Amino acid sequence: MAALDVDLDQAPLAPARRADFAFWLALAWIAMVMAAAIAADWLPLASPSDIDLLARRAGPSADHWLGTDALGRDVLSRLVFGARISLTVGLIAPLLGLSIGGGLGMLAGYFRGRVETLVVAGVDILLAFPPLVLALAITTYLGQSVLNITITLGILSIPSLTRVARAATLAFAGRDFVTAARALGGGHVRILVRELLPNIALPLIAFFLLAVAVIIVVEGALSFLGLGVPPPAPSWGGMIAEGRDSLDTAPSIAFLPAAAMFLTVLAFNLVGDRLRAATDPRQAAL
Amino acid sequence: MLGFVSRRLLYLVPVLIAVSLLTFLVAALLPGDLAVAMLADEATPERVAALRSEMGLDQPLAVQYLHWLGSALIGDLGRSLRTGEKVLSAILQRLPVTLELMLFAQLIALAIGVPLGILCAVRNGSVVDRVMTVIAFGKLSVPAFMLAIVLIYLFSVRLKWLPATGYVPLDEDIVGNLRCFVLPAVTLGFGEWPVLMRVLRSDMIATLQEDYIAMATAKGLRRWRILLVHALKPSSLTLVTVTGINIGRLIGGTVLVETIFALPGIGRLLIGAINTRDFVVLQGVVLFVATGFVMINFVVDLLYGVLDPRIRHGRA
Repeated sequence: MAALDVDLDQAPLAPARRADFAFWLALAWIAMVMAAAIAADWLPLASPSDIDLLARRAGPSADHWLGTDALGRDVLSRLVFGARISLTVGLIAPLLGLSIGGGLGMLAGYFRGRVETLVVAGVDILLAFPPLVLALAITTYLGQSVLNITITLGILSIPSLTRVARAATLAFAGRDFVTAARALGGGHVRILVRELLPNIALPLIAFFLLAVAVIIVVEGALSFLGLGVPPPAPSWGGMIAEGRDSLDTAPSIAFLPAAAMFLTVLAFNLVGDRLRAATDPRQAAL
Repeated sequence: MLGFVSRRLLYLVPVLIAVSLLTFLVAALLPGDLAVAMLADEATPERVAALRSEMGLDQPLAVQYLHWLGSALIGDLGRSLRTGEKVLSAILQRLPVTLELMLFAQLIALAIGVPLGILCAVRNGSVVDRVMTVIAFGKLSVPAFMLAIVLIYLFSVRLKWLPATGYVPLDEDIVGNLRCFVLPAVTLGFGEWPVLMRVLRSDMIATLQEDYIAMATAKGLRRWRILLVHALKPSSLTLVTVTGINIGRLIGGTVLVETIFALPGIGRLLIGAINTRDFVVLQGVVLFVATGFVMINFVVDLLYGVLDPRIRHGRA
C-alpha cells in the first residue's frame, strides 16, 4: 500500500479529451456523495445506530432500501453517515497538509539554501516511517476520535505536498516574471503570494485531490483495523470489517461500503489525475 | 564509489537518530501517563509514583531518551508490559513470517507485472496497452483490505479452495504453509504490479527502438528470443530499483494483511501491542520497522548509484 506517498512519476491516465465523460461522471459522484453527507440529518433515513435484532441481515425492502447489517441497522443510512466521516477526514487532513506542506515547500523552493536543506531533511525523516505504522502509533497515543485521526493523517500528508510545492516553486522561481517583480521592488512576501502562488495553485490542487483519495483509503484502513473512528459511529472501513463476518450469508453488507469507497476514491483519483495532466509542473519547467 | 557510499552513510546517521528520537518522543510527549495507563484500575498515587521511578519516568526526558537509545543500540528494546517477553526476541520470532509474506508478494507482483510490461511495450498504443493502463489506474482505487474481502469471499467462502485465516509453520507442513500464504501474498502483491508494469513498459519501448534490436530482427532471430534475451535485461535497470523501493512499501502493507489473515508476523505484533496498550512493544516494533525501512531505502539509493554513474558523481 503506497499510503500517502503520492507517486510523482506516475503517467497521466489518458489524453485529456478522451477522459471528459469519466471526468464529469466522477465530479457528479463526488458532488452527490458530498451532498448526501452534508444533508444526512435532513434526509428521510433510518437512524444509523438503531439496532433491530429481528431484522438482521435483511435484504432490500421498502423500509431498508439496501437491507440491514448483522445487528439489523439500516445499511443505506450507515453508508450516508459513513460518508460524512470519510469526507471530513479525507478533505480536512490533506487541507492541513496543504497549508503546512505547501507553505514549507514554497519557502524551500524560493529561498533555497539553508531553508531548503532543513525542509528537505524534515520531509526525509517523516518519510522514514512506513506511513500506516506511524499513523497507528500516533493515534494509539492520541486516542481515537475524528479530530485526532484528522490531525494524524494531516501530518502524514505534509511530506508529499511539500515535495510537490517545492518542485513547482523551483520551476517558476527562476522565470523572468519573478525577476521582473523583484526588479520592480517586490518584497519576498509579495513575490511568494502574488507571483508564485497563483502559478503553483493548480498543480497543488491536483495533488491535493489525489491526496484526498489516499487519505480516504488510509482512514478506511484504520477503521477496518478497529483503530479509526470508534463505534457505533459508522465508517466505511468499519462497515467492511463488520461485514466480513456475514460474507457467507449476506456479502452485500461488506460489498456495499466497499463499492461506495471504491467509487469515491476512483472519482477523486480521476479528477486529480485529469487536473494534474493539465498542469504538470515538469512541463512548466521545460 | 567509496566516496559515494560514505557520503550516503554520513546522511544515514542523522536520519536514524531523528527516527529514534521521533519514535521516543511520540511515546513520551503525548498526553497520558504511561504508568497510569499500565496500572489502569489499580492506579493509586503511591503505586503510580513507585512504577514511575521503577521505569525511570521521573527522570528528565533527555536522560530517558539516551538510556532508551543506549539499550536499543545493544539490542535491548525492553520487555513487554503484558507478557514480560523480551521485545527483540518477540520481533525476531515473528520476522520469518513477515519476510515470507513479503517475498511471495514481491514474486506475485513481478509475475504479473513483467509479462504485462513486455506485452504492453511490444503492443505499444494498442487496445491491450490502453486497457492495461486503465486497469492499472483503477487498481489505485482498490485498497488492500477491500481486495482481501473480495478474495476471501471468492476463494474461501464460495469456492472453499483456500483458508481465510490461520497459519501453519513451514517446518510442520510445507504445503499447508504455502496454502495459508496464497491469499495474503496475492492481496499484498496485487497492489504493486501496476507500478512494475509501467516502469518496464516505458524502458522497454525505448530499448526496442535501438539499432541492435533491428539488427537481431534482421538476422532472423525469433521474436521471443529478442524480447527475453536481448531486450529485457537492458530494460530492467529501473525495474530493479523500483522493486527495491517496493520492499519498503510492502512493510506498511504487511500490518494490514497479517491482521486480516491472522498471520503471526510483525504486523500482528504491532496491532496486538496497540490493542493491549503495550507501549514498550509498540515503541520497539516501530523503531525496528522504521530502521529497517530506512536501511532498505539506503540500499536502494546505493543501487541507483551503481546503476547510474551520474548519480554517484552528484551530477544527476
